[in-house]
Amino acid sequence: MIINHPLLGPRDSQEFTYLGDAALIDRPDWQAEDAVDQFHDYLYLRDNPAGIHRELWFHETGDRSWLVVTRDTTTHEITSVELARDVARARGRSK
Amino acid sequence: MTQVNRLGGGQIDTGRTLSFRFDGKTFQGHPGDTLASALLANGVRLMGRSFKYHRPRGVLTAGSEEPNALVELRTGARQEPNTRATTAELFDGLQAASQNRFPSLKFDALAINDRFSNFLTAGFYYKTFMWPAAFWEKLYEPIIRKAAGLGSLSLQDDPDEYDKGFLHCDLLIIGAGPSGLAAALTAGRSGARVILADEDFAFGGRLNAETFSIGDADATDWVARTLAELQSMPNVRCMIRTTVIGAFDHGIYGAVERVSDHLPEPMPGKPRQILWRLYAKRTLLCAGAIERPIAFENNDRPGIMLAAAMRSYANRWAVTAAQKVAVFTNNDDGHRTAVDLIAKGVKVAAVIDPRPDAPRLADCELLAGAQVIDTQGRLGLKFIKVKLGDGSERTIECGALGVSGGWNPNVHMTCHQRGRPVWNADIAAFVPGKDGPAGLSVAGAAAGDFSTHSALRTGAAQAASALDGIGLSASPADMPEAEDAPVNLQPFWYVKHGKGRAWLDQQNDVTVKDVKLAHQENFRSVEHLKRYTTLGMATDQGKTSNMGGLAIMAELAGKSIPEVGTTIFRPPYTPVSMGVLGGRSRGMHFHPVRETPSHTWATEQGAVFVETGNWLRAQWFPKPGETHWRETVDREVRAVRSSVGVCDVTTLGKIDVQGTDAAPFLNRVYANAFAKLAVGKTRYGLMLREDGIAMDDGTTARLAEDHFVMTTTTANAVGVYRHLEFVRQCLCPDMDVQLISTTEAWAQYAVAGPNSRKLLQKIVDPEFDISNENFEFMACREITVCGGLRARLFRISFSGELAYEIAVPTRYGDALIRRLMSAGQEFDVVPYGTEALGVMRIEKGHAAGNELNGTTTALNLGMGRMVSKKKDSIGSTLSEREGLNQPDALALVGFKPKDNSAQVTSGGHLMSMGTPVDASHNQGYVTSACYSPILESSIGIGFLKDGSNRMGESLRLVSPLTDSEVEVEVVSAHFVDPEGDRLRV
Amino acid sequence: MRYSGLRVIKEALTGHKGWKPAWRDPEPKPSYDYVIIGGGGHGLATAYYLAKQFGKTRIAVIEKGWIGGGNVGRNTTIIRSNYLLDGNEPFYEFSLKLWEGLEQELNYNAMVSQRGILNLIHSDPQRDAFVRRGNAMILNGADAALLSADQVRAEYPFLNFNDARFPIKGGLAQRRGGTVRHDAVAWGYARGADSHGVDIIQNCEVTGFRIENGVCKGVETSRGFIGATKVAACVAGSSGRLMAKAEMRLPIESHVLQAFVSEGLKPVIPGVITYGAGHFYCSQSDKGGLVFGGDLDGYNSYAQRGNLPVVEDVVESGMSMIPALGRARLLRMWGGIMDMSMDGSPIIDRTHIDGLYFNGGWCYGGFKATPASGFAYAHLLATDTPHDTATAYRFDRFRRGYMIDEKGMGAQPNLH
Repeated sequence: MIINHPLLGPRDSQEFTYLGDAALIDRPDWQAEDAVDQFHDYLYLRDNPAGIHRELWFHETGDRSWLVVTRDTTTHEITSVELARDVARARGRSK
Repeated sequence: MTQVNRLGGGQIDTGRTLSFRFDGKTFQGHPGDTLASALLANGVRLMGRSFKYHRPRGVLTAGSEEPNALVELRTGARQEPNTRATTAELFDGLQAASQNRFPSLKFDALAINDRFSNFLTAGFYYKTFMWPAAFWEKLYEPIIRKAAGLGSLSLQDDPDEYDKGFLHCDLLIIGAGPSGLAAALTAGRSGARVILADEDFAFGGRLNAETFSIGDADATDWVARTLAELQSMPNVRCMIRTTVIGAFDHGIYGAVERVSDHLPEPMPGKPRQILWRLYAKRTLLCAGAIERPIAFENNDRPGIMLAAAMRSYANRWAVTAAQKVAVFTNNDDGHRTAVDLIAKGVKVAAVIDPRPDAPRLADCELLAGAQVIDTQGRLGLKFIKVKLGDGSERTIECGALGVSGGWNPNVHMTCHQRGRPVWNADIAAFVPGKDGPAGLSVAGAAAGDFSTHSALRTGAAQAASALDGIGLSASPADMPEAEDAPVNLQPFWYVKHGKGRAWLDQQNDVTVKDVKLAHQENFRSVEHLKRYTTLGMATDQGKTSNMGGLAIMAELAGKSIPEVGTTIFRPPYTPVSMGVLGGRSRGMHFHPVRETPSHTWATEQGAVFVETGNWLRAQWFPKPGETHWRETVDREVRAVRSSVGVCDVTTLGKIDVQGTDAAPFLNRVYANAFAKLAVGKTRYGLMLREDGIAMDDGTTARLAEDHFVMTTTTANAVGVYRHLEFVRQCLCPDMDVQLISTTEAWAQYAVAGPNSRKLLQKIVDPEFDISNENFEFMACREITVCGGLRARLFRISFSGELAYEIAVPTRYGDALIRRLMSAGQEFDVVPYGTEALGVMRIEKGHAAGNELNGTTTALNLGMGRMVSKKKDSIGSTLSEREGLNQPDALALVGFKPKDNSAQVTSGGHLMSMGTPVDASHNQGYVTSACYSPILESSIGIGFLKDGSNRMGESLRLVSPLTDSEVEVEVVSAHFVDPEGDRLRV
Repeated sequence: MRYSGLRVIKEALTGHKGWKPAWRDPEPKPSYDYVIIGGGGHGLATAYYLAKQFGKTRIAVIEKGWIGGGNVGRNTTIIRSNYLLDGNEPFYEFSLKLWEGLEQELNYNAMVSQRGILNLIHSDPQRDAFVRRGNAMILNGADAALLSADQVRAEYPFLNFNDARFPIKGGLAQRRGGTVRHDAVAWGYARGADSHGVDIIQNCEVTGFRIENGVCKGVETSRGFIGATKVAACVAGSSGRLMAKAEMRLPIESHVLQAFVSEGLKPVIPGVITYGAGHFYCSQSDKGGLVFGGDLDGYNSYAQRGNLPVVEDVVESGMSMIPALGRARLLRMWGGIMDMSMDGSPIIDRTHIDGLYFNGGWCYGGFKATPASGFAYAHLLATDTPHDTATAYRFDRFRRGYMIDEKGMGAQPNLH
């Protein structure tokens, strides 16, 4: 596969390490009343779609950025690649 | 003249004669021959035996789709089983042997199977060999295994080298027949970057095998002219002997170039083959079509081959399988074989065509409305039996029969991403569907456009259109007029006459009857048919047989062929040597070697090295006279604990953490608190995964308010770094913190033992006071050594002794170890390796990889209280789960044998005294064990249920695997200096 | 119809006219007591044991394509019970025992061949871990043997003992491990289930669940509604897709695992052998093909195909382990959808919806589990209590913190 890195252009997927669903960005609040349940759902449950999937890839042998890749799990077609840091900020994460 | 069946003309160099051996007998051929064409020229039709019935077989095809003529090519370590004689290029001295026969090809004992074929029908083995149960492995299976298989591996190490390479292009053209060449001309002239690959050793595809004209020239001249032009273009790469094996994601194709297979052995320094990864913006499949046979009784005798193969042998290789031949075809194209062979002076006894209105195209007898119903000739065809249109039968003498049931477009590559071909009734064949790999289009016969005329035009047009898709403009190259015969065919799959066997899959011996039996037993889907009968599972992957099986199943089911299913293909297009897929990553080059800066020095000291991931680390440093590694390790341990030793710990992961938020960041990733660590101090850190399980540990030093240096275990260096970046970028994107791995930037040595300070004081520059008072336990500082060399000093200890770790830039690592050793002479300093390191950490009860095994918690490790509940740290929340906090949770403790001479076994399991020894009574296990020269006893550490409350208890440590059991006493894991006094002196 | 050598001879002499369909193709009935979704190995085995062992009737297996077309038809055919953890080892040992009697039980020769499995050891920590595992196997009633490097060499002289980057230091063997003709497992269970009255309904795709007041009443299918007292999902790699129709999120990701077979060769490798310094395992089929595989491609996928980097990685390991493989040829490669769970272990459990049951999360180890999975799932369906060997395979183990993590990789499915 080829991942079109937003900063570095098209790169072979062998340069990357895969983590999983980009929902892992949405880490729950540790002080919530039901924090254990929330963390359980966050860490263990997956949509696992047959189709469009937003997922995290790490440019391990490149610039070491985490990317959010939007890819179809039935065809492997990639429709967008974003810096995970931008996605995380857009989803309200800060410090 | 030994080449009795050699004709005139052809694309072989008769000016040179090559000598080769087949089954020990010497023959002659010419450059340009394949092994198959040369054998046919010498009158050899029998080339192999079938898989199951050991039927005598000759060539069916003239290409890579060959199911029958498989040989062991070459001898010794280069022996290569299952090599298609039809693609093996002849070279002088070639040696080949037939396979799957005993004692010889002509007299094969297992041909007895053929007599019992009625008992050995499809799937018979699922119905028998069941009693008695033990007989399967002992009797039945060994016999079956011995009889099965095709050729043999030598089992010697492959002596050849293989390379891998990467190429990029705008347009990849697969196949250099008329459509591929036209496409290459079009794209090449436009300036696009083109790769043209063909599996054959000559470009031209079918044009080499036909007698066509293109424009007013011979097709072969046109090919030569076209090639000359293409080869003159710097933007076109023509790759001969290169098979594109698979279509992978995003325009990546695998290809194998057979660099040296046509030579006796690779030229010095050259690889045997190269695996290319081709990155193509667009791809054009011009792979042509593959002829399909018609099934009839005894249609597998040597001499019976595809009509187009017979034509190829005559036209390209100037060979006929026999002086008198016949043709059996359901389409006009098959008649060309008769025309061409007659032109070469071969006698064509008849053309048999089941179409009552078959045209008479060749100057020989035409039997229209007739079918071949049987054949004779044990080791080679002698007669065919023909049923004529009027119902009468006639026997015709011939030594070869060309058979054509029409052509199947070579859709292989279009199916590699699970695309499905679609049925085209006009040509009674599947053509590529629209769901093939993105960026791949198809031209010429592969798309079902069978005439040369349209192949040239579709090739040119598709190339232009493909380039248009990536914003390059090209106009289709002007193509001259060429053969433009329409497809004239009446679908005809098998001859229904007779009760004998008619073969579909010749290699696996699947007959029409087997398909009928599969249908009778409800194995009716294509997948069931294939798996139950093994149709299409042979080395040719059903290229010539799948369609026939499908058509027969359709007929039995009363459905149309596309209703029954399609035949799809998986990569690779043709079988690929394992050697080329492995490339150079084998033997010592399997993985790169990482050496520490002291490696040369350690080698000089006679160190024994051990693989630690990709690192090589000194395991111990034997001295002359030491006869056992334990002797060495015991000495090293005693030396450290009594004076001083030095160990290279460069391999520990080192991560530089900087930024105004560095402290809160570490607070997030470590379970214990880091925010308030003072500058100039080091702290042990325990890192959890988000699931609350221990991930890694190490020390982190604070060099400045906004600068920390973290160490990780050697094994987890990469994973921890990745995790930290995840936290930084995905969870805390606004933190001002930067990370960089500095593992290989610093050479680091542990200097351990009561004399370690004295040793260091000799090399640390005098302005730095490292006395106990001014550089206490867990202190860290940036210093200089040896008169100005910058260094980092950490007062940390893994051994439990007064100890330091000192780091210098990697380029000074070798100098520093040498300096430490010479400066330490007065203290009898020793270098110590990973084994002594391991012994001392077990003596001290420190957890390492065996304890941090991915299932243990802080609680298990005795560090439960370190997990701060006052802050948000990774893993803290889920570490609260019930299952991770059982009252009798495993706890890290030590074990000592009751009998000092007994040995504690790492991996042994713990049982209470007096309980049965089984899994349900398991109390825990020993993770690490060693001989402690200090305690003069074997000791171990491990996890025991409720371990911290069981000190002094006796347990049985059992290891049935190693047949050992010892009684052990539960003790503190801190065997040596439990109070830690030695650390602080 | 009983299969036997005698029957084969009789049929051979009478033109093979007497062979009956191995299973029927019935029309679906309006309702059943048990509807099992998924005609793979596990689903068919479940139906078989439900009927045969637990005496249940009115059972249907519904399959969207053809039976045996999923992972049971595309795996590397290995059976073994060399697990470490108490949650797993008794279950896999139970499975191995069922394999040992399977052919006689089913009257179908699935070629259960106990030619042994050998895991190579390349380092001291690896040996420690394998010793612990081998002991756990023996303590659970399975067999295990620790081999020295010399013993390994005596059995497999063609392994790389010359210039190995990671020298072989020994091995952990399970002699009762081996291989089974994978397709025959599906067909044997199908034939057995069919003969006990189970309706096997092919080309019948589930399009939804009918759930009323928290109770599952049946399934909507491409062939109409089929009512059921108990609906049992058993669809391996399609678990996520299927259970989404019941609005369930699972602790499972679907990943692609590639597998490979070489051209047929005369016997080379007697048993199953796994590399300890890379991702490669290999056996040789009775037909002569070397059957081998390695690591997952690593990304979520339902595409049933993989990519070149993993192909190369697998063969690099293979060449490092057996340098003579260079002259053999890879014939065919394929990909299966692995239902990778969050701790690498499966789930056989009720769901929060009454009447809806789930079996999945087999990772790439489902084939060897087929008999025990079918048996344990049938037990759960018939009695509403888990089978003794499958009590740990619960959904709530993640919430409660009782993960069964053989490899210690944590909640990252592609690492299991």
